[in-house]
Amino acid sequence: MSIFLIQILNSLFYASVLFLIAAGLSLIFGVMRIVNMAHGTLYAVGAFATAWLIGRGLTAGVPAGWLFLLLPVGAVVVALVGAVIEPVLLRPFYRRAEEYQLLVTFGLLLILEDAIRFIWGGTPITADALMDALPILHIGGLIYPAYNIVVIGIGALAAVALWAVIYRTKFGVMLRATSQDRRMASALGLNVGLVYVSAFAIGCFMAGLGGAIIVPSQAAVLGMGIDALILAFVVVVIGGLGSLQGALVGALIVSFVRTAGIQFFPEVELAVLYLIAAIVLLVKPTGLFGSA
Amino acid sequence: MNPVARRSKVPLLAASALALLVLAVLPSFIGLYQTQLLTYGLIAAIAALGFNLLLGYTGLLSFGHSAFFGIGAYAVAFLARDFGVRSMEVYILIGLPVTALLSALFGYISVRHTRIFFGILTLALSQVLYSLTYKWFWVTGGSDGLRVPRPTLLAGFMEFVGAGSFQRFLNAYYYYVLVVFAICVMIMWVIVHSPFGMALQAIRDNETRAAFLGIRIRRFRWIAFLISGTFTGLAGILWVPLNGLTTPEILYWPFSGEIVFTALLGGFRAFTGPIVGGIVFTYLKTYAVATTEYWQMLLGVVLVLLVLVLPTGIVGALSRLTASLRRRKP
Amino acid sequence: MILLRTVDLRKQFGETRACDGVNFVVNKGEFLSLVGSNGAGKTSLVNLITAHLKPDSGQILFEDHDITRMTVAQRIKAGIARSFQIVNLFDGLTVFDNIALSIFSREGKTVQIAALADHDDEVRRETLEVLGQFGLRDKSSVTAAGLAQGERKLLDVAVAYALRPKLLFLDEPTSGVSTGEKAQIMDTVSSVVRAGTVTAVVIEHDMDVVFRYSDRIVMMHEGRLLADGTPDEIKADKDVANILLGAPLSA
Repeated sequence: MSIFLIQILNSLFYASVLFLIAAGLSLIFGVMRIVNMAHGTLYAVGAFATAWLIGRGLTAGVPAGWLFLLLPVGAVVVALVGAVIEPVLLRPFYRRAEEYQLLVTFGLLLILEDAIRFIWGGTPITADALMDALPILHIGGLIYPAYNIVVIGIGALAAVALWAVIYRTKFGVMLRATSQDRRMASALGLNVGLVYVSAFAIGCFMAGLGGAIIVPSQAAVLGMGIDALILAFVVVVIGGLGSLQGALVGALIVSFVRTAGIQFFPEVELAVLYLIAAIVLLVKPTGLFGSA
Repeated sequence: MNPVARRSKVPLLAASALALLVLAVLPSFIGLYQTQLLTYGLIAAIAALGFNLLLGYTGLLSFGHSAFFGIGAYAVAFLARDFGVRSMEVYILIGLPVTALLSALFGYISVRHTRIFFGILTLALSQVLYSLTYKWFWVTGGSDGLRVPRPTLLAGFMEFVGAGSFQRFLNAYYYYVLVVFAICVMIMWVIVHSPFGMALQAIRDNETRAAFLGIRIRRFRWIAFLISGTFTGLAGILWVPLNGLTTPEILYWPFSGEIVFTALLGGFRAFTGPIVGGIVFTYLKTYAVATTEYWQMLLGVVLVLLVLVLPTGIVGALSRLTASLRRRKP
Repeated sequence: MILLRTVDLRKQFGETRACDGVNFVVNKGEFLSLVGSNGAGKTSLVNLITAHLKPDSGQILFEDHDITRMTVAQRIKAGIARSFQIVNLFDGLTVFDNIALSIFSREGKTVQIAALADHDDEVRRETLEVLGQFGLRDKSSVTAAGLAQGERKLLDVAVAYALRPKLLFLDEPTSGVSTGEKAQIMDTVSSVVRAGTVTAVVIEHDMDVVFRYSDRIVMMHEGRLLADGTPDEIKADKDVANILLGAPLSA
């Protein structure tokens, strides 16, 4: 029974991270209609940056508790990177054929992946200290790190915060207006460029946050970005591109399947996910909550 | 298709014969190392040629072509290790259907979708193959890879043992690959100039209209995918005896990126684009890898620059140049 | 002889009844104009007949066969083709190839992968013929993207025509072109129909064009057929005049 509970907690933990990545991807697509192939790599940048900062903080003697504040910093770093990328690299391509957008973001992926190697080297970086700073819980005879619960909390908080921003703030109205009809929004005086760069930065922030919160639990390794990209896509296929609920539901489904899969069929866990994605695509091609 | 009269094929044949002649004579002038490099270049050209059937002619951008290259290479490695095969012809004869099978399967899954979903799906499928190859090390040799001994050419007629065999092999293999390359180019040329090829371009340009002409979109895309993967697989088959070793690296996503890059570099809107791209890229890579450890970043930067500045690639730029020069003539 | 008949065809989009029990009839060999204000349901009707849309209920009978369940490809094979309101061409191909492809597709030759398109003399000859009929011969080697708007419209019609359909639907073939080009397009279509080779249904807004070229005019309004007759009959119909002028219908 308690193993079951542990697995559920693991799934929720993983879902939180996946949700952040996928929601970022979906937000960017929803507002700007572009898909960033380097999105997973931005998640990786968040992981590496945060792990590095935490490492620095530890050597500087900062108590582990305070280092929690570095988590959002890692995310902000990625957001800033995004804020630079969008106007410089992506904006010139909105009017061009979609292949070029894919090629450019793929080029970005290559650049960022190597940039990670350049800045932080090829060896994995850990931030276990943060996880160890929190107590170990006892759940029915089994141990479970409290940190994971915190992550679940952060995931839930992020979902609510994102929903609030999009549906309850003026900025959210601008976002939604621009995503519905860019020309109309511009004609009404909205600064579309500002909306775009903000939306992109928020999307990147979420990816970066995903990386930041996972790194105390899992080391930052090269190649984590690609795996995250593919998983985020499976989430988005299931949930529907451009939908917030879709990202949430998709993340939960993918996460639970993955956890169950790892238990029973570790080698083919990826295949099971693709199977689900394939079935969803057959039945409802735009995803559970998507709209063409 | 030429409107008024059938365009004479003579200039084209003459130019191709000339190019082939140049390629045939080159080894005598450029030395062994360069000949080897050029062989790799021709192999890359075959891979790119196959890839571009999907991108340039059908409008589908695949990020997972490393899968087909890799399957070709590993098929040869398995044939060598488990069945003691040494004959290049057997490698090709058995390796081709194997890659065709994988292409058919991956294609069937992928062509149900377009654009970004197609791209991600191809990426994901190649990643699955990569991770399986990496994990099942007792089958595939894992990250160490598998060695492939020197093959025999022309149904065992040519064997390369003893003193000076390496040089003899390199020279002979160059011509072997050149012949295969020429055949591939001819086959691909016929395909893209056939009614089928025209239908592919129509699907690329306007899917709705193509459907309204009665063209079966999904099936044609699938066939294009099948051909594309098989060509790239053939490149993998040719590659591994030369390289002597195959590792999971050729299944990893950056390798797919290289294939994409070669098509873009040469120009994916022109038939000869991938050929030029494949050969030029091989040289660029060799020197880039020797220069910097972060050559993947360099690749990315050049890719972005290409898309920004030279989207039609080398061949496209050259043809625009000749066109404007022609206009200047009085 | 009745070529096409719809039986109580219905299609709804949310609140809007695009087709509200339409019994549409097309006679063989005629030049029929389908008119009505925007949103009357004309394009929806054509979309339903050409399998671009699926009906909610009702039947479509073509040459007395029930084609309601048929796919796009099947209907094309049966002999129904269409052009589009927004020009839909293969921009990367030449004018010549756009037409040639139609013919290749019609003949089932698109599966030929080992033959050069260039070498098919039959297709080449027919392509030249069609190009001649539509006055596009001297633009043969131009890419479709490089044509003027009027020529693009003509090509759009020509591509559909090259399928040698029995029934050809033209969705606003003269919208967005100059008056001179309008005449050219309609003269061509009209002469091709008169030659007896094809039955044409044209969605049109330009009433001058409609009255000059049509054998028969069918008017739609809010998803229903309102009027049906020769140009003279329609001109005399008060309700039609009111709709066209925007006045309320007689009770």
